[in-house]
Amino acid sequence: MSIDMKQFHQAFFEESFEGLQAMEAALLTLDPDTADNETVNTIFRAAHSIKGGAGTFGFSDIASFTHDLETLLDQVRAGQRVPDGPLTDLVLRSVDVLRDMLEGARDGREADVAHAAELRGEIQAMLKQDGGGAPQPLAAAADMATPSGWIICFKPHRDIMLTGNDPLRILRELARLGEATIEVDASELPSYPDVDPEQCYLRWTIGLQGEVSENDIREVFAWVEDECDLSIEARAASAPAQAALEPDVATDDSAPAPTPKTAAAARPAPASKDGGSIRVATEKIDQLINLVGELVITQSMLEQTARALDPVTNELLLSGLSELERNTRHLQEAVMSTRMLPVDFVFSRFPRVVRDTATRLGKQVALQTSGEGAELDKGVIEKIVDPLNHIVRNAIDHGIEMPAEREAAGKPAQASIQLSAWHQGGHIAIQVSDDGKGLNRDKILSKARDAGMNLPDNLPDSEVWQLIFAPGLSTAAEVTDISGRGVGMDVVRRNIQSLGGTVDIESQAGVGTRVTIRLPLTLAILDGMSVRVGEEIYILPLNSVVESLQPQLGDVKSMAGSARLMQVRGEFLPLLSLRELFGVAGQDLPLDQGIVVIAEAEGRQVALIVDELVGQQQVVIKSLERNYRRVGGISGATILGDGRVALILDVGEVIRSRPMAVAA
Amino acid sequence: MNENQDQALSAAAEKSEQLEGARREFLSFRLGGEEYGVDILKVQEIRSYDSVTRLPEAPAYIKGVINLRGTIVPVVDLRLKLKLEQADYDKQTVMIILNMAEKVIGMIVDGVSDVLTLAESQIRPPPEFNGVLDTRYITGLGAIDDRMLILVDIECLMSASDMTVLENAA
Repeated sequence: MSIDMKQFHQAFFEESFEGLQAMEAALLTLDPDTADNETVNTIFRAAHSIKGGAGTFGFSDIASFTHDLETLLDQVRAGQRVPDGPLTDLVLRSVDVLRDMLEGARDGREADVAHAAELRGEIQAMLKQDGGGAPQPLAAAADMATPSGWIICFKPHRDIMLTGNDPLRILRELARLGEATIEVDASELPSYPDVDPEQCYLRWTIGLQGEVSENDIREVFAWVEDECDLSIEARAASAPAQAALEPDVATDDSAPAPTPKTAAAARPAPASKDGGSIRVATEKIDQLINLVGELVITQSMLEQTARALDPVTNELLLSGLSELERNTRHLQEAVMSTRMLPVDFVFSRFPRVVRDTATRLGKQVALQTSGEGAELDKGVIEKIVDPLNHIVRNAIDHGIEMPAEREAAGKPAQASIQLSAWHQGGHIAIQVSDDGKGLNRDKILSKARDAGMNLPDNLPDSEVWQLIFAPGLSTAAEVTDISGRGVGMDVVRRNIQSLGGTVDIESQAGVGTRVTIRLPLTLAILDGMSVRVGEEIYILPLNSVVESLQPQLGDVKSMAGSARLMQVRGEFLPLLSLRELFGVAGQDLPLDQGIVVIAEAEGRQVALIVDELVGQQQVVIKSLERNYRRVGGISGATILGDGRVALILDVGEVIRSRPMAVAA
Repeated sequence: MNENQDQALSAAAEKSEQLEGARREFLSFRLGGEEYGVDILKVQEIRSYDSVTRLPEAPAYIKGVINLRGTIVPVVDLRLKLKLEQADYDKQTVMIILNMAEKVIGMIVDGVSDVLTLAESQIRPPPEFNGVLDTRYITGLGAIDDRMLILVDIECLMSASDMTVLENAA
């Protein structure tokens, strides 16, 4: 019989990665002087679960690596070892190796075996140090005081075998724990013709001799607890005094001893402790969100139809519809919130990043975070990790000075980096600020000129700062393994823009730098402004709309004959007709009767001529690519209240295909 | 398993395939004066023509996209695609929603007639035009009494070189 284990692998990996994260977080708060048991226990438990899971699923290299790590942690837990710097460091590096091994196992690629073996050597070397380092597990010590024998009454329910359990296997397992004398009670066995081979009619009384803890026995029965009546009694033969000496608390620790003999180690750890949550596949949630999106569309269709009805004669129907509107909105909010995760999921990894980077560079940096509770979409969270990582590492590498330099400048030797997040309308802002030396205007300008950019001297600061996002620019004097290759910041900006977000930089020489990322809360819904061009409706993302206005004929100038520019408050913006851009039939209205929408993306603006502003609404983003392909200037489609399809403009792309605005 | 058994099995499989292939069902539809047939298994549903949302940068035969119960589906005018004379849409004009591989598309035709079952013997190979006419998408001609059904391979038609729009040729 082969069960497809793959389906369990996914859960194992997810839990293991969470476990590693918990270990990491706990390690970073670990203070050798005040090491509290709970923190050490958290680390130990995580390692233990990973070992158990890896053993069960046959990832023996992971299991054996974790085994040594666990032994080390166990000694810390038992107080035989102080969690000092080198130890914390070693465990942190082990976490990295484990993550690599797990990722390797998940993606089916080869993990860095040599590195793992090396680290394992270091762990074993550390285990050998210190007198008390012999791997004498704590739990085993607790087992010492167990009575020398047990009497176990095992009465399986009739249908125990239907759940895939085999009493015989359990008996065999018991026999391995110690010397077992088993008596069978077959009194309930019916006469042969009445026997149902799928039922279990037997009962057993097992006498178990040997130094076995009650926990170990219970572990054997762990899978069948609900399918049998079980009683376990200590055989009063020996050492009751010893047993009494042993406080209950000692056995309270559910983690079994890591002796290979116990079957428990090969079993997955119990599901995560927070009973208040369940693990659901993201596809299921996405499907829900889609369905609710449909519901919202249907509801607004109904609402539009109902507007034509007489409010007096259809009072009941109309009040029902408004009730429906409210309920759908709440339902949508609730469903959307299931995809939301606190930003802490990202922030929690930064203590580690900051610690590692700062140590390597010989700088002193303290990290403060705030607003960890702010929530945003899981998809956004996953994609923001790398850019944020980059910004933080850049800040430490470029922004923050060496301690001596800081003191000379009258600043505390320890620099500070702040990570904060807050909600702002339909957006979340994530800010990284440091108190370092700030960006160097002249250096950026000269670098940019070296790279062949033609720039005026009086370029405003904000535009100079944007230059660091240009590909190929790095202001680090030397290339380090952390930054300086100039491939980073442009990727950062591209990633953030692909999420529909923006990055802004503020900087002051000697005071520090502040990078602010603004992101939409979710990728599935967009606040849009609908505009009409001819018969077609287009949606402009609201975050890119600056203003709309009715132009005066005098504001519009032509350039090089055909290109038109519009003067708005001293800036000349390219003026584009959406009709021409998308080839919509008909003619634009005379300019002074039409409407111009000023849209902005990537720091550039464009003026778009439309026939009419229709309104603002939230739209559910649908993919055009699923059945068709990408269309230039269009980021997707949505379904309007009347069931028609409207296209959503990709303002960035529209602007990119056009010349830049010229400063007046 | 020995070789004989192997052969016997594959022979049986072939036979059943032949049997299944022997009678196939086609949805027949009209375009101008011609009658076409498409494998019924590719047809998801038939809808009356509804207004579409135009797409920029699209070739003329892609009329636009429609909302098919929440999914955005592109619509192809088959007359334009096959370079037939353009016709105005009327009450008879219908959209055949096709489900091919991963994609769903709509196809505008003048009208659908019926579902026909053709035996293998009723299907003739397509004639050769020596490159004068691109007939790669025609899999055969079906003869029923005096009717002639042009059997088209819809996947081939929709992914022919000028239809790369349906691939990801952005």
